Amino acid sequence: MSANRFEARFSAVGGQGVMLAGDVLAYAAQKYQGRYSIQSPTYTAQVRGGPTKVDVIIDDEPIIYPKTTAINFFLSLAQGSYNAFLYDLRDDAIVVVDPHLVHKWDPKYRTYEIPVIELTKNHVGKVIMTSVVALGIMIELTHAVPKEFVEKALLEKAPKGTGELNLKALNLGYATAAELVTVQG
Amino acid sequence: MSSGHSDKSEIVFWQGNEVVAEAAIAAGCRFYAGYPITPSSEIAAVMAERLPEVGGTFIQMEDEIAAMGAIIGASLAGKKTFTATSGPGFSLKMENIGYACMAEVPCVVVNVMRGGPSTGLPTALAQADVMQARWGTHGDHPTIALAPAYHREIYLCTIKCFNYAEKYRIPTMLLLDEVLGHLSEGIQVPDPSEYEIFDRVKPSVPPEKYFPYDSSFGDVPPMATYFEGYRFHVTGLNHNRTGFPTTDPEICQQEEMRMIRKVMKDAEQLAEYEEYRMEDAEVAVFSFGSTARGARVAVDEARKQGIKVGLLRAITLWPFPDRKIYELARQVKAFVVPEVNLGQIILEVERASHRDMPIVGVNRVGGVPIPPGEIFNKIKEVARDGR
Repeated sequence: MSANRFEARFSAVGGQGVMLAGDVLAYAAQKYQGRYSIQSPTYTAQVRGGPTKVDVIIDDEPIIYPKTTAINFFLSLAQGSYNAFLYDLRDDAIVVVDPHLVHKWDPKYRTYEIPVIELTKNHVGKVIMTSVVALGIMIELTHAVPKEFVEKALLEKAPKGTGELNLKALNLGYATAAELVTVQG
Repeated sequence: MSSGHSDKSEIVFWQGNEVVAEAAIAAGCRFYAGYPITPSSEIAAVMAERLPEVGGTFIQMEDEIAAMGAIIGASLAGKKTFTATSGPGFSLKMENIGYACMAEVPCVVVNVMRGGPSTGLPTALAQADVMQARWGTHGDHPTIALAPAYHREIYLCTIKCFNYAEKYRIPTMLLLDEVLGHLSEGIQVPDPSEYEIFDRVKPSVPPEKYFPYDSSFGDVPPMATYFEGYRFHVTGLNHNRTGFPTTDPEICQQEEMRMIRKVMKDAEQLAEYEEYRMEDAEVAVFSFGSTARGARVAVDEARKQGIKVGLLRAITLWPFPDRKIYELARQVKAFVVPEVNLGQIILEVERASHRDMPIVGVNRVGGVPIPPGEIFNKIKEVARDGR
């Protein structure tokens, strides 16, 4: 475990697409940045609606224990998932919640309220892109993986013909977070 | 160490289940029959896509029992075959696994373990089928079951499962767990020069002189392929060298003993394991699969505090590393055995140690992994109190 270890958790309900976001992030770190990474999902037997999460670990050394122990970034798109998966966070972790769906959150953590789903609907047009917007937000807030690598990985993982829209969603995430940091610090 | 990479540029990022599928193809598997079940479904998904590309056949069967039957049939027809499942499906396959043992048909069964009994926790971790892998089908029979912990090792163990199936004419088992099956990590795909491929021995005699269970060629009789002119009767009943049923007590006893002996005479070399920081250890952690990864972190943590502890990680669960445990029981003061069940493999450690000594479990069955901290605490306790 190196000092540069980074751990992220995206939590939502089944069907919101956070698995892909985790996959893109871990893949970008491993393939394009040459670091070690893992992606480890948790979901329920329900196809849609069950609490889900995806954990990503990025490190300079091989990752032995494949689960998170000290999370740097936590995203939640649903209250149930927030409640279920808000553990293993570092005290200085950054948390992002969608205020339309997560009403009660722990002020212990530095928490940004970003209406990710609404933003996606209004500016990208497809709600399925929510997790990509969230990924952009995370990258802007944490700089966990250089943007160019995330973009490459996203284009590789995205279904054919959706590349441009995916990049639009990612950029929306960057811009939203950048604005927020300027306003809120 | 399996998880290390020497050349990061050649690494692919695969899910554990994907690793199994790709390794099966590398091992020469060209037939898959299955009934998808979480957390093993991706194996079927990848095989469905990949097998046609390499001239193989994928069949989704009506259920797990039929899938097991299909891979036995296709193996008799000359293919290297496998199926993948999880707890409930593993239970259903047991009848036909016994059939493959008795008829001596090579095939591979992958079980990505999840919580049970019954449908249990479909999407969550368990390691509670390890005894079922050994004794799930009725009657005496040998078992080879591998339980790798890192993706590269999963690849190599999958190939070994095919090799052992072919070499010993038995159904072999690959035991993963939900964490490993669903975990994506970088893997440097082993080059074919790094492993061997074993193909079943075919008869060297003409059809009129062939008997499918002819032990004059050794404990593993050469195996003819169906439809190549060799007479080959297959039954789940006890049989003589012709393959036709017999109740002759002497023949039945001899044949059953041969079927056990053909594997168990190689038990020691089959029982692979990895030793980590064991040199001067006074406490040994014994673990396998994804739990062993947390155990390794716990060992490092305990070492930092000056506790002399090491990890013995089983790569083969069956045959069990009896001799290694016996030897270690004379080196260490205690064993700590973390496993995601309520104490199964610990019974084997107790048996193989042949010594009255502290052997302490760390167990969970809630569907989540055992955190390294929990294993660390137990190590500390045992090192201090001796229990």
